[in-house]
Amino acid sequence: MIEQAPALILLFPFFASIIVALAGIRVPGVSFPLTVISMFASVLSSVAVLVRVMNDGVIRYKLGGWEPPMGIEFRIDALGALVATAVSAVGLLAAIYSKRQVPAETGDRVSQYYTLYLLLMTGLLGMVITGDAFNLFVLIEVSALTSYALIAMGPRRASLAAYKYVIMGTIGASFYLLGVGYLYIKTGSLNMVDIHEQLIARGIFDSTAILVAFILITVGVWIKMAFFPLHAWLPNSYAYAPTTSSAVLGPLVTKVMIYVMIRLTFTVFGADYTFGQLEWSEVVVWMSVAAILVGSISALAQTDLRKMLAYLIIAEVGYMVGGVWLADDIGLIGSIYHIIADAFMTLCVFLFAGIIFAKTGKRDLNALDGLFTKMPLTMVGFLVGAFSLIGIPPTAGFFSKWYLIQGGIASGNWEYVIALLVSSLINAVLFFRIIEIAYFGAKPAEGHGDHHHAESHDSKISEAPLSMLFPLLATAALLLAIGLYNKDIVAIIAEFVSLSNLGAILP
Amino acid sequence: MSSSVTSFTPVLASIVSLLAVLPIVLLGRSPNAREGATFVAAFIKFGLVVSMLPAILDGKTVEYTIWEIVPNLEIAFRVDSVGMLFGLVASFLWIITSLYSIGYMRGLKEHSQTRFFSFFAVSLSATIGVAFAANLFTLYLFYEMLSLATYPLVTHHQDKEARTGGRTYLTYLLTTSIGFVLPALIFVYIKTGSSMDFVSGGFLQGFVGPTETLILLLLFTFGFAKAGLMPFHSWLPGAMVAPTPVSALLHAVAVVKVGVFCIIRMFTGVFGIDFLKGLDLGEVITWIAAFTILASSLIALTQDNLKRRLAFSTVGQLSYIILGVALLTPQGVTGSMMHIGMHAFGKITLFFCAGAIFQATGKKYISEMVGIGKRMPITMIAFFIGSMSVIGLPFAGGFWSKFYLLWGTVSDGQHAMLVVLLISSFLNAAYFFPICFKAFFCSKEESLFEARTEEAHPCSVAALSVTAVLSVVLFVYPEPFFSLAEYATAYYMSL
Repeated sequence: MIEQAPALILLFPFFASIIVALAGIRVPGVSFPLTVISMFASVLSSVAVLVRVMNDGVIRYKLGGWEPPMGIEFRIDALGALVATAVSAVGLLAAIYSKRQVPAETGDRVSQYYTLYLLLMTGLLGMVITGDAFNLFVLIEVSALTSYALIAMGPRRASLAAYKYVIMGTIGASFYLLGVGYLYIKTGSLNMVDIHEQLIARGIFDSTAILVAFILITVGVWIKMAFFPLHAWLPNSYAYAPTTSSAVLGPLVTKVMIYVMIRLTFTVFGADYTFGQLEWSEVVVWMSVAAILVGSISALAQTDLRKMLAYLIIAEVGYMVGGVWLADDIGLIGSIYHIIADAFMTLCVFLFAGIIFAKTGKRDLNALDGLFTKMPLTMVGFLVGAFSLIGIPPTAGFFSKWYLIQGGIASGNWEYVIALLVSSLINAVLFFRIIEIAYFGAKPAEGHGDHHHAESHDSKISEAPLSMLFPLLATAALLLAIGLYNKDIVAIIAEFVSLSNLGAILP
Repeated sequence: MSSSVTSFTPVLASIVSLLAVLPIVLLGRSPNAREGATFVAAFIKFGLVVSMLPAILDGKTVEYTIWEIVPNLEIAFRVDSVGMLFGLVASFLWIITSLYSIGYMRGLKEHSQTRFFSFFAVSLSATIGVAFAANLFTLYLFYEMLSLATYPLVTHHQDKEARTGGRTYLTYLLTTSIGFVLPALIFVYIKTGSSMDFVSGGFLQGFVGPTETLILLLLFTFGFAKAGLMPFHSWLPGAMVAPTPVSALLHAVAVVKVGVFCIIRMFTGVFGIDFLKGLDLGEVITWIAAFTILASSLIALTQDNLKRRLAFSTVGQLSYIILGVALLTPQGVTGSMMHIGMHAFGKITLFFCAGAIFQATGKKYISEMVGIGKRMPITMIAFFIGSMSVIGLPFAGGFWSKFYLLWGTVSDGQHAMLVVLLISSFLNAAYFFPICFKAFFCSKEESLFEARTEEAHPCSVAALSVTAVLSVVLFVYPEPFFSLAEYATAYYMSL
């Protein structure tokens, strides 16, 4: 069984999705438990794989026993195992949250929802562990098509947002496929490691075709991760989707695409080529600075809670792209650590937004009026997520900034350091605005003495049910744990980074 | 000074008040038991701090490492003499302030008292954490914790004014700590690769050039904005919207002293006095501090709101401490450390008095306090003693720290600073004595109060009497602050 763990990571959700699709139509009640169980099994498999990778090194799993480069290979190193664990855990927590909200928000299309949900997880987890560039394309499309549908299940405006996403996402995927085509023509291989070996063996790094392939693949992946200025599809999609969908898409889709970018950059093209031969680092870091600032400032202009969070995702994508293109060991460690940290931070605040929507039925910030007294535990969970996004120690977000800023200083990219600090401060403004509304009420009383304004509001609002509260508080606890144990996580990441050759190419 | 004792006590001393939050919240429905929990925690905390005093006076340090959080960087506690000095002041005054708070909060029938006492306890944990932090990283951790834990206290009234005050508070404190201190911290970490422990002579020498040192010095000095150095001082008058016990303990002692304490740590344990002297960088900071001292004293003169006047006075007094350490002379550093303790007792007395006046009469403005000495004699005598201590007149503890600060300026020929300190003392007298004078000496027609005597809640009066008496005691017997400051100076300046 443990030998098959790499495949089981995604086979559990995959088979569960088939069962849900078939059985769920007659017995919708089976969908939720099956989803949670299969996601839980997937988390266990990921952890087992992570432990094995840490002990024995890279796992190469040949699907169906076919030898690469002909057959499809799952190739799991420390990075893949770590991200897979985070992705499956987020999938599990978001699934638990969805218990009440799926029937409420999708008009009783419960089995359809969970079928898509499980397929989405299959796609995302597959992207993380596959070692095959074409297989990656298939999985990107699996996760993309399911996310279009998951978003479109929302209210009317969601359909339009999903349509925009379909157009943009399809362009991105086509770019990627085209790039892989170029690589296939030049190297005759689709296996990532094999492509890299062929590139070296044939000495064709100078070829224009490889340059074109690199550009196509990078731009394709950037569209998929909503890297500014290719981000237009994201805000409305995540703001109008059902809260259960945005709770899983928001944390995962962009983060997994960052992982894909790192994977392609380092495993397929190699650090020598990306940062040594092409001198684009400066430009891309400046683009990420723009992404961080535009994302943060746009978030300031929002009054819709989830839209604000969606713009923050765009800023966070800038953090990670910038961190990778600093071409610095610690910057790369920071970026990868931030994939993990940000997945849970985003999950935390999107779960919070979902709970608020479920409880008050409102999307704007004023819905939070006086919630500290009405929903104290929910607010505690939110505070941890907010502090993490601001970067207050000892939450996970502080340590990702810690490593990213170190990378920025060490590589001399001060513009990136300043952008990170400015974005932290803007996040502080954003979240303290929310805290103020929840603490003072939307219209605080004039003068001292009138402390009972909270009573005039809708007193029916009470603490969230356990199925919502548990994932929120678990995520908050995880954020603290990820922060406090950052050294151990970084040790795993360093395993990957030490093989990336980054140190060698720096001036 | 090299010998050290490993003990869990410093950690306990910090977290005991954090743990007290649980009983405080659980006992929220019965106020007496809840306040009992606060008192028990406060006494245990003070007891734990005092229990380490003999070892410190013996020339040892008490250390405990919790864990290595980032490669090479630990969350660690280390109690040395200057940390002990600050720890003693903060934990002792917490007991007195708890007594005072009970009188104040009940006297005014404030809402959400459980929340108030809970966050008060958390703030004290953070304060002691800063005092006993062994390295820059741990220090920063607790510094941030303190900013956030005090926010609900500052904004306690939850009205429009509190919201504005709270906004200013966090804007200043978070902008400076995230914008200035954090990058400086990471820069230092990269450059030195060290564990950033505070050591004699600092650990920066040899790793950074003169320009970098100047920039780092400015980033740290302004970044720890809790010290209220101009132009980052406006949060302090803004924070006066808080209930008075908060202003008294946090914004005259704990929070602001954390700011100057951090700056003292930077000068002594990070940069090193000799290193700064070699680069002649102390002068930059002394001039900024001198400007702050004079400007804030002049502004204080114009304030009619008593708490705001006290706040501006605090801004000035904090800069005395910064100026003292930036003089880079042994007497200056000693005076600066002693001033942490001496000013604390004097200023907390003044705030207690301001709160007692508000409790008993509802008056906030100085112009409304003519003749109040007849109505509240104990309070106003305490106020007079507190003023003397803050001005630095004999028969109050403040005299000694001022004396050392003046000596510090003379010993190195920094006469301009001597003049600044003297002018400031004169200004201090100018903004305090008229209040005392008008309180007692006015004709019947001028007096705004009836002749009957009526003090505030007994708990409050007891608290302010204790701190006033102690201010005088500290003049006669300035121990242990004096020894602790001397030890610390000797250690950090390798004398």
